[in-house]
Amino acid sequence: MTTATTGRTAPAGAVGTAHPRVEGRDKVTGAARYAGDIPFADLAHGRLVLSTVARGRIRAVETADVLGMPGVLAVLHHGNAPRVDTDYTGMLGVPPDPTAAVFQHDRIPHAGWPVALVVAETPEQAREAAEALVVTYERQPHDIAFRAGRPDAYPADGHMPAATEKGDLEAELAASAHVVDAEYTTPEEHHAMMEPHAATALWDGGRLEVVDSNQGTTWIADELVKMFSLEPSAVRVRSEHVGGGFGSKGLRAHQVAAVMAATALRRPVRVVLTRRQMFSLTGYRSPTTQRIRLGADADGRLRALEHRSLNQTSTVWEFVEPSSGPARVMYDADAHRTVNEVVRLDVPSPTWMRAPGEAPGSFALEAALDELAERCGVDPVELRLRNEPGRGPVSGLPFAGRNLAACFREGARRFGWAGRDPRPGVRREGRRLLGTGTAAASFPAGALPATAAVTAQADGTFTVRIAAADIGTGARTALTLVAADALRVAPDRVRVRIGDSDFGPAGLAGGSMGTRSWAWAVTAAAEELRDRLVPGAAVPPEGITVRSDTTAALGALAQQERHSFGAQFAEVAVDVTTGEVRVRRMLGIFAAGRIVNPLTARSQLVGGMTWGISMALHEEAVRDHASGGLYGADLAGYHIATHADVPAIEADWVDDPDPDDPVGIKGIGEIGVVGAAAAVANAVWHATGVRHRSLPIRPDRVLRAGGPGV
Amino acid sequence: MREFDYRRADDVPGAVALLGADPDARYLGGGTNLVDLMKTGVERPARLVDVRRLPLDRIEPTDDGGLRIGATVTNSDLAAHPEVRRRYPALAQAVLAGASGQLRNMATVGGNLLQRTRCGYFADVSRPCNKRVPGSGCPAVTGEHRNHAVLGASEHCVAVHPSDMGVALTAFDAVVSYETADGPGQLPLDGLYLPVGDTPHRETALPAGALVTGVTLPPAPVAARSRYRKVRERASYAFAIGSVAAALDVSNGIVCEARLAFGAVASRPWRARAAERVLTGAPADEEYFAAAADAELAAARPLPDNGYKVTLMRNLVVAVLSELAEEAAR
Repeated sequence: MTTATTGRTAPAGAVGTAHPRVEGRDKVTGAARYAGDIPFADLAHGRLVLSTVARGRIRAVETADVLGMPGVLAVLHHGNAPRVDTDYTGMLGVPPDPTAAVFQHDRIPHAGWPVALVVAETPEQAREAAEALVVTYERQPHDIAFRAGRPDAYPADGHMPAATEKGDLEAELAASAHVVDAEYTTPEEHHAMMEPHAATALWDGGRLEVVDSNQGTTWIADELVKMFSLEPSAVRVRSEHVGGGFGSKGLRAHQVAAVMAATALRRPVRVVLTRRQMFSLTGYRSPTTQRIRLGADADGRLRALEHRSLNQTSTVWEFVEPSSGPARVMYDADAHRTVNEVVRLDVPSPTWMRAPGEAPGSFALEAALDELAERCGVDPVELRLRNEPGRGPVSGLPFAGRNLAACFREGARRFGWAGRDPRPGVRREGRRLLGTGTAAASFPAGALPATAAVTAQADGTFTVRIAAADIGTGARTALTLVAADALRVAPDRVRVRIGDSDFGPAGLAGGSMGTRSWAWAVTAAAEELRDRLVPGAAVPPEGITVRSDTTAALGALAQQERHSFGAQFAEVAVDVTTGEVRVRRMLGIFAAGRIVNPLTARSQLVGGMTWGISMALHEEAVRDHASGGLYGADLAGYHIATHADVPAIEADWVDDPDPDDPVGIKGIGEIGVVGAAAAVANAVWHATGVRHRSLPIRPDRVLRAGGPGV
Repeated sequence: MREFDYRRADDVPGAVALLGADPDARYLGGGTNLVDLMKTGVERPARLVDVRRLPLDRIEPTDDGGLRIGATVTNSDLAAHPEVRRRYPALAQAVLAGASGQLRNMATVGGNLLQRTRCGYFADVSRPCNKRVPGSGCPAVTGEHRNHAVLGASEHCVAVHPSDMGVALTAFDAVVSYETADGPGQLPLDGLYLPVGDTPHRETALPAGALVTGVTLPPAPVAARSRYRKVRERASYAFAIGSVAAALDVSNGIVCEARLAFGAVASRPWRARAAERVLTGAPADEEYFAAAADAELAAARPLPDNGYKVTLMRNLVVAVLSELAEEAAR
């Protein structure tokens, strides 16, 4: 037995210093096991069968032949699957997407709807049998025509009010010296994280265990408890390593199907989605059409701002991509109107995808600002500085730190923005035209309640237990540093265990809130533990554990406009003979709270900016109108930026600690994406003189649009 | 995935015998296309005959000054070969423009020529496709066809051949050698691929069961000044939306000889002979380069969403030929 040795005086703080991922070695050596790799005795394998029609009814699932195939154990479908409960509200305040509640009826609401699960002894047998399963349908005509001006579109709230309005928009537009009125579109985009969704379900001593890849074990456990009407204590969900989530790894068809099969067969069942299945079963970012009207004085001060956004959702679940949201934070105007609308089509349910609302919304809004700068003859950076609001444009609340101007000043200095020739289409280098662009970024800084347990061990080490999720962000490492500082010990004496719903409730890795929410709970428990440990006193063999719960502390936070901000800069070269756009360099300066681990934070911000390049130039899921399904739904057909598309990207930050957060954190998961596509698109205009208001800016579009020398 | 029988052949006659006359058997090279198609159910062979270890992995000079390239030479080895780089630089460039390093290490010359289209309808067994299921229809004509053919297609199929390597080989008059149970044979690469017509499922003129054993490049001094330029929707690891293999011999400002082939515009690598005829004997300047492109592209029949390819190919021809002419003038 050793004595308690938390420091009374703080060693050099770990928070703010670069620290490699604590599980990095395990990941690069393959020692880290992902959900689909973990061995189980007596494991059976399920393979989902998806509908090939976009709308209709299942006539028959012809199971007889398939049940006779080698190794096949069962075929679950709407005719034999247990009924589940979908009439509840989950942790995120929304009902479950019925796409996850598999096999409950015979209706087909979209192409790629799950119609059956074939379970067999091996994955190969399950796959062969699933491909052989004959399902017949009664086909009905489908409607997937997403476009502006659909009469069946309607305003919808989602995670914010559908509409906000103040002032007389038409009057202010009429009185404006400069007006921009433009429509922008963004395509259907997919998360396409590296690790496919995978879950193993088993019953162990009356408890349901699910080993999964998800963004929050508490979240998934809560959904399964409600959907299968189980006692909360009867469900345990684990998810130790996650190869990317981006909003897609919530409750999905694979976990529910695995639980159904494990229950029916009384043995462990694993269901892994294929890449193609992920394109219809795991959510996506809806396409958007956005109309923006800006009116400004001669000097560029905004008098009128209108941002209307439309996205599609499925007929079974309402999801709002709130693209007009950023306008409620970024810019004030005497007349200000924002609306988010949806239209229900025979398509899969969209969902949260990295910077939902902000990513497509900032493209349209920040491109429109660039157009306004052109009209007014005001530098784009200066235009934004002139329109810095003192309070929330819609809420009227004060900002809890708005360091956007500092980001622009530092960014402009480092990018070499000063003296930029504003004229488009005049910089030529051989067959290429060069241009630069900028855009602003913002993302809400929030926190979710969490509980944590910190234990002082007799050997002088500490163990943190929290149902956090590290979806590749570096959260496990960040929490190690946070705990070390709160305990005033070196990080190597702290072990952080995450990804287990048995550790007590905690929020998900999402909304840029994960690390902040968990760090708050870990800090609270660790600080109390430090106070409890008496210097020189012995720690008993069972250790000393302190638990925390941040629910009350979060509830006491004053209502304010709480956001991260950023300024994005990009330089592009456009080959006018081929229409190819290449980003040459990119810089993002962010005001995003205290940065816990500069090493992983930079990765996350650069990753977000890379996502922005991909969004600007590459990503588009194409829906085939005849079938209602996707065309080329794989990673050869769905183009994401490759290494060769990604130039030297620099991401850095200004000092911006959140005064109301115990560690000063705001959250960095999403801000790097925001505004990045607009900066690239604005640079393309500066290069060519052509406004590309539809993403992605592909060679075919550049060639069609023409421009100088094209 | 259907269970299949796997055999590895040790010599060419053995491979041909193992395949026999079985229409359900396939030769397996690097597997970089066939295995994908097996995963998606487009190909469901009962037997695979692995030919990757056949002694066809050499690149050798021919007596007349050309090169003989074995069918199992990997893309990586082909692109790295000093004689390929010296005598046919566009071929090395074309190979390196394709796929990724890992795929090029696996993929073989024979497999490259016989790879299938990447049309998304062909790849999706839940959709009609005349190439996959003759007579079922071609959804691309009225559906998604941004990257489909503008030359030589028919209402029955508008898919493009995805090869980069083949474009350069076509420009340099490559000849394909094959082996059958009845003995060896040869086909000019330009004649390997059949016209689309109303039989898009019949892709090559190879006899049933034929094993491609190699490709022979005749001597082509003009190829020493050659270039391959590929345009795609991202900087790497994507199939072309348009590409050009070009070689140019210029003397006193006049084109003595020109070779030109297009990729990603037709069901096969497209030898641009009409353009070559315009170029030969013409001044080496942009006006004639554009006229040559126009002569070839006069036959283009774009669909509503792929007309940009005509602009793209015209621009590419002018750009690449101009670069070669500038190089020649230096």
